[in-house]
Amino acid sequence: MEKQPLLEIDRLRVSFQIDGDYYAAVDDVSLTIGENEVVALVGESGCGKSALALSIMGLHPPEKTKVEGCLQFKGTNLLSLSVSELNRIRGKEIGMVFQDPLTALNPLMTVGRQIEESMDYHLRLSGAEKKKRTIRLLERVGIPEPEKVYHRYPHELSGGMRQRVVIAIAVACEPALLIADEPTTALDVTIQAQIMGLLKELQQQMKTSIILITHDLGVVAEMADRVAVMYAGEIVEWADVDTIFHRPLHPYTRSLLQSIPSAQTKKERLHVIQGIVPPLHKLPRRGCRFQPRISWIGADKHEPDPKLREVEPGHWVRCTCYQHFYFPDDQTVGGVGYGAS
Amino acid sequence: MLKFILRRILIMIPQLFLLSVLIFLLAKAMPGDALTGQLAANPKMDPQTLEEMKEKLGLNDPVHIQYIRWVKNMLHGDLGLSYTHQQPVTDLLAGRVGNTVLLSAAILILTYLIAIPLGIVSGRWTDTWADKLIVGYSYIGYATPLFIFALIMLFIFGFHLGWFPTGGSVDIQVEEGTLAYYLSKLNHLMLPALSGALINTVVTIQYLRSEIIDTKVKDFVKTARAKGVPERHIYWRHILRNSFLPIAAFLGYEITGLIGGSVFLESIYSYPGLGQLFLQSIMQRDYSVVTALVMISGVATLVGTLLSDIILSAVDPRIRIE
Repeated sequence: MEKQPLLEIDRLRVSFQIDGDYYAAVDDVSLTIGENEVVALVGESGCGKSALALSIMGLHPPEKTKVEGCLQFKGTNLLSLSVSELNRIRGKEIGMVFQDPLTALNPLMTVGRQIEESMDYHLRLSGAEKKKRTIRLLERVGIPEPEKVYHRYPHELSGGMRQRVVIAIAVACEPALLIADEPTTALDVTIQAQIMGLLKELQQQMKTSIILITHDLGVVAEMADRVAVMYAGEIVEWADVDTIFHRPLHPYTRSLLQSIPSAQTKKERLHVIQGIVPPLHKLPRRGCRFQPRISWIGADKHEPDPKLREVEPGHWVRCTCYQHFYFPDDQTVGGVGYGAS
Repeated sequence: MLKFILRRILIMIPQLFLLSVLIFLLAKAMPGDALTGQLAANPKMDPQTLEEMKEKLGLNDPVHIQYIRWVKNMLHGDLGLSYTHQQPVTDLLAGRVGNTVLLSAAILILTYLIAIPLGIVSGRWTDTWADKLIVGYSYIGYATPLFIFALIMLFIFGFHLGWFPTGGSVDIQVEEGTLAYYLSKLNHLMLPALSGALINTVVTIQYLRSEIIDTKVKDFVKTARAKGVPERHIYWRHILRNSFLPIAAFLGYEITGLIGGSVFLESIYSYPGLGQLFLQSIMQRDYSVVTALVMISGVATLVGTLLSDIILSAVDPRIRIE
């Protein structure tokens, strides 16, 4: 990616207030997203992926959140903007697709109105033009009978249809960047594939960049150009999609890939990463954060203060523990840890 | 929509039937009947005449015949005779129903005039001093019994300061229909209406406040912000409209509660309405009046729930039945 990046995230730190103290849910994250590029953020729940996405949109409640660092979008630092300045970018330049289409739509507004609403503020269009554009959008996101659906309320549509409406809202003004926060988690498998297909199609047609947050590695393989693996608020590995799938280095990335069930090799049990992501206020702030979950790797194998290092061009890994990492025998792993059985 | 209302009204028929049977049986179970009043006027009536009158009034007929006759009379607007007042119950009620409706309407309007701005301020700017003040008021209001509060208001503004009259619904001297008459009515209405509203409103404030607090963190509000909608429109279009739903649904019940529930206010302010009459009639064992009033408040309850359902279906598309 030699081109000027569309969005440059530089040493971003997002902290939430818990009982009066601030705890960083996103800690020192730097990333770049190029034009028309799909960057996937992967990691377990609670790794800070959504917190990162919401901070780009400025959607954290300001009184309980601290966002530090720099979010350079098309030459402006989003963090330096006031809410009204940000409102000129939100919806127009950056669109967002939310996780749960059942709650992401206002139950009292028709589908058409909700899509038109973002055009109200960003495009100078007459009522008739807006309606035409909305109906075309509905058609484009694959909704049958768009003229009828235009007048429908969200509760009259299925989950998959509602997610298409949410996507239509996000792309209503053809944004340069689309943030999709686990867009298919709440949907069933067949619909998931359709929605991902739709996103891919829109990305190619509209020349949009996408930040795709997901824990579905299959989706990542299909959609992403580059992948950032996040653990406990930090990026632990950052590389293009082929490297991540064929030459993963960090123990966390390798464990995630190991956990994908495969149809070819029928194992007795699925691979499980021991333990859970620690809650925010109990995160280890020093040393390798993944260490407690790979306890069979000696403490001396980790760096005292792990940094992201470029191990080969475009391939970044945090901590040296990857050089010593191995998977233990099934017996020793299988019985311990949460959710193993 | 029309079909929905029609269906909803049809459901009311069996409810009304049950209600009337229940009230009729209760009235039968109470000591005394239509003759009690005449006996009180003439205690030395001989048993023969008594028996004749009983026959004449149909009190010897089987219960179901009596019930049918009662319903039939009621449908014709005949609610029997009040023995203490020696006049038809219908006339007695007609003179008072206007006052109660007026008082209820005034309380209702004041309740929402107070609750909506306070609830919005409190819900939108949570944990500010304004919110704490409003929450403080609503807790005190919640804990204060209406009859105590009304007495205090009466003492301070009616008796001590003398700003408002302490009883009645209108001055006797003024001529009906003149401007002075209506002003006097309003003047008499102010104190009871304000007392009722200041206490009544706290429930609505609390409702609205917690609804706004719940709604403002909902996902669709995030969606709206992500669209670039300015904050003031976020509130009006997305948060408040959704927060008003339960309030709107409650409106119907609120109306019913006021028709039947002004008993304390009307008694304390000697305001000649249905509530005051109800209390007096119970004290004087004027059963035909009590029965009629219970029937009326029962019907009002049914109408109130009907109203609630209609209001809710009008404001919430999810309730509408195609």
